[in-house]
Amino acid sequence: MKAMIRSKKNIEPLIFVFSLLLLLLFSFIFVTLANMIFGQVLNDFPGLVRTAKNSSVMSSIFLSLYAGFLATLIALFLGAPTGYILARFDFPGKRLVESIIDVPVVVPHTVAGIALLTVFGSRGLIGGPLEPYVQFRDALPGIVVAMLFVSVPYLANSAREGFKSVNPRLENAARSLGAPLWKAFLFVTLPLSARHLLVGAVMTWARAISEFGAVVMIAYYPMIGPTLIYDRFLSYGLSASRPVAVLLILITLTIFIVIRILSAGWSIYDRD
Amino acid sequence: MIEIKALSRKWKSFALDSLDLTIRDGEYFVILGPTGSGKTLLLELLAGFHRPDSGKILINGKDVTDLSPEKRNLAFVYQDYSLFPHMTVKKNIEFGLKMKKLKAPEKFREISEYLNISHLLERHPLNLSGGEQQRVSLARALVTDPEILMLDEPLSALDPRTQDSAREMLLNVHRKGKLTVLHITHDQTEARIMADKIAVVMDGKLVQVGTPEEVFEKPANDMIADFVGFENVLKGRVLSREKGLLRIDAEGTVLEAAGEVEVGDMVHVGLRPENIVLSKTFTQSSIRNSLKGTVIEVQSLGALVRVRMDCGPLLNALVTRQSAEEMELAPGVPVYAQFKASSIHVLR
Repeated sequence: MKAMIRSKKNIEPLIFVFSLLLLLLFSFIFVTLANMIFGQVLNDFPGLVRTAKNSSVMSSIFLSLYAGFLATLIALFLGAPTGYILARFDFPGKRLVESIIDVPVVVPHTVAGIALLTVFGSRGLIGGPLEPYVQFRDALPGIVVAMLFVSVPYLANSAREGFKSVNPRLENAARSLGAPLWKAFLFVTLPLSARHLLVGAVMTWARAISEFGAVVMIAYYPMIGPTLIYDRFLSYGLSASRPVAVLLILITLTIFIVIRILSAGWSIYDRD
Repeated sequence: MIEIKALSRKWKSFALDSLDLTIRDGEYFVILGPTGSGKTLLLELLAGFHRPDSGKILINGKDVTDLSPEKRNLAFVYQDYSLFPHMTVKKNIEFGLKMKKLKAPEKFREISEYLNISHLLERHPLNLSGGEQQRVSLARALVTDPEILMLDEPLSALDPRTQDSAREMLLNVHRKGKLTVLHITHDQTEARIMADKIAVVMDGKLVQVGTPEEVFEKPANDMIADFVGFENVLKGRVLSREKGLLRIDAEGTVLEAAGEVEVGDMVHVGLRPENIVLSKTFTQSSIRNSLKGTVIEVQSLGALVRVRMDCGPLLNALVTRQSAEEMELAPGVPVYAQFKASSIHVLR
C-alpha cells in the first residue's frame, strides 16, 4: 500500500479519493485547534499572558491536572487487576462484566453526572453514609469520582490487552523456576505489559482532564479548567474564555508530548 | 519417583481420563502421542499449572497434587522455550536462582560453559537462534538443580541439523546429572532412539507403557501400531564416506546411505517400510541396497500387508495386498529387500 502511494504515476482512484478525505478530516481537527491557538497567540498575546498570571485561572487548570492524576492513580489500582482477571480467566457472565465496564464510554456525560449524584450526593447511596467524613458535592472527591467514572474503562481495556499479549507460558515458566504467582506477575507479566499500561494511563488521564458534563453536575465548585471556561463564556463571552482554553490545551499537549518522548524507549516487547 | 494415580482432567478440548503411570528416578521417559492427545496437559498437570479434576500425583512418595508449581522443584522447558524477552540471557538464567534464593556462581559458570552459551550472556533472547534459545532455556532450568526435567516437544521447533546436536545434548545432560527426564513428543523415531521407557497417550488415555522395543515391536493394539508405524530403526557405525555416500555397518549388515555425518560416528538408521521394494530374485538396478532375507510374518492391514523379514537385522516392509498375493509371500519364503540410499534417514 505504501508503495502505491509513493509511486506518483499510477495512483488508484480509490486511494486518491480516500487520501483527499483523510486530508479533509485532518484539516477539520487541525484547523479548528490551530485557529484558536494561533488566533489567540497572534492577535492577543498580552491577553494570554495576563490570563496565565491570573491565579484563579492557573489554580483551575492545576486542579484539572491534579484531579485527573488522582483519578488515573485510582483507575490504575482498580483497572490493572481487573484487566488481568479478564485477560487470564473465563467465567460465567464475563461478557456482561466487560460490557458494563464499557458503559461509561457511551453514556452521555450529563447522564453520568446524574447517576453519580444519586450515589455520591449528600443523600446518595454512598455519599449519604459517608457525609460526616467525606464531601463529594462541590469538592475535590466529587471531581475525582466523576473523572474516574468516565475514564476508568480506558485503563481496564488497555490493561486487559496488555496482559493478554503476555503468553501465560512465560508465567508458568517463572513459576516452575520457583516464583510464586505474585512474583511472576511482578517480574515477568507487569514489565512486559508496561507499555500498554502507560498508554492506558495517559488515555485515562486525558479523558479525565477533558471531562466537563459529569464533573459540573456533581461539583461546579471548585472550578476545574473546563468549568471555568464555560463559566467565563456564559458570563463574559468568547474573548474572555478563549485564553483559558488555549492555556489549558497548551499545557496538556506539552505534558502529553513530554510523556511520549520519555516513554519512547519503553518496553519494546509488548507492541503486539 | 513420580507416581500418577487415576489422574483425570478436562480442559478446553483436551481431556485426560484416569491415567496411571509410574516414572522411576533417573529414567529418560518419553510420552508419545499424536497432536491433540493431551500430552502437554499431562505435563502441565505434573508441573502444577493445572489442578486435576480427580486423582493424585506423588513425587518421591509425597502427595503434591495440591502443591503450587513453585514448590515442586521441577524444571519445565516449553516448546517455544518461553525465555523472558525483557531480560538478558544472564538474567534469564539467574531468575530461578533469585527466586529460590540460591547462590550458585560455580554451577552457573559450569552450565553456561557446558551448554556453550557463555558468549551469549549479555544478549537478549529475541536475537538468538532457535538452538541457542533452547540451550539458554535448558540452562535456566538446570541451574536451580531440579529433581525432574520436563521437556515439551523440545526438538520440534528446530531445523533437522540442529535437532541432531540437541538430541545428543539432551541425552548427555540426562546421563551427566542422572536426572529424571520427562520428554513429550509426537515423533516416533525421536521417542524410539531417546527413551528408556515410552508411554503412549492417545485421546487422553494411556494405551501402552514399555521399553522402546516393546512399544515398537509389540504395539498393544491396532491403533498404536498404526500410529507408531513400523519404521525400521537400526543402530550403526559409519565405516566410510565417499562423494557424500556413506557406508554404514548396521547391526552386522553394510548399508549405503546419504547423510551429513563423519566416519566413525555412531548413528541411527531410519528406513520407512513403504520405501522397501521386495522381489523374489536379485535384480540389477540403481538401487544401492539389496538384502537377502526370509519372510517371518505376513500381517494384513486392509489394503496393505506388513511383511516382517529377517535380513540379518529384522526389517518391516509395507506392500499392497495384490503384490503380496502375486509373490505368494508367506513365512519361510526367501525375498530380496531393496531400498535406495536416499530413502535411508541417518540420525546421529
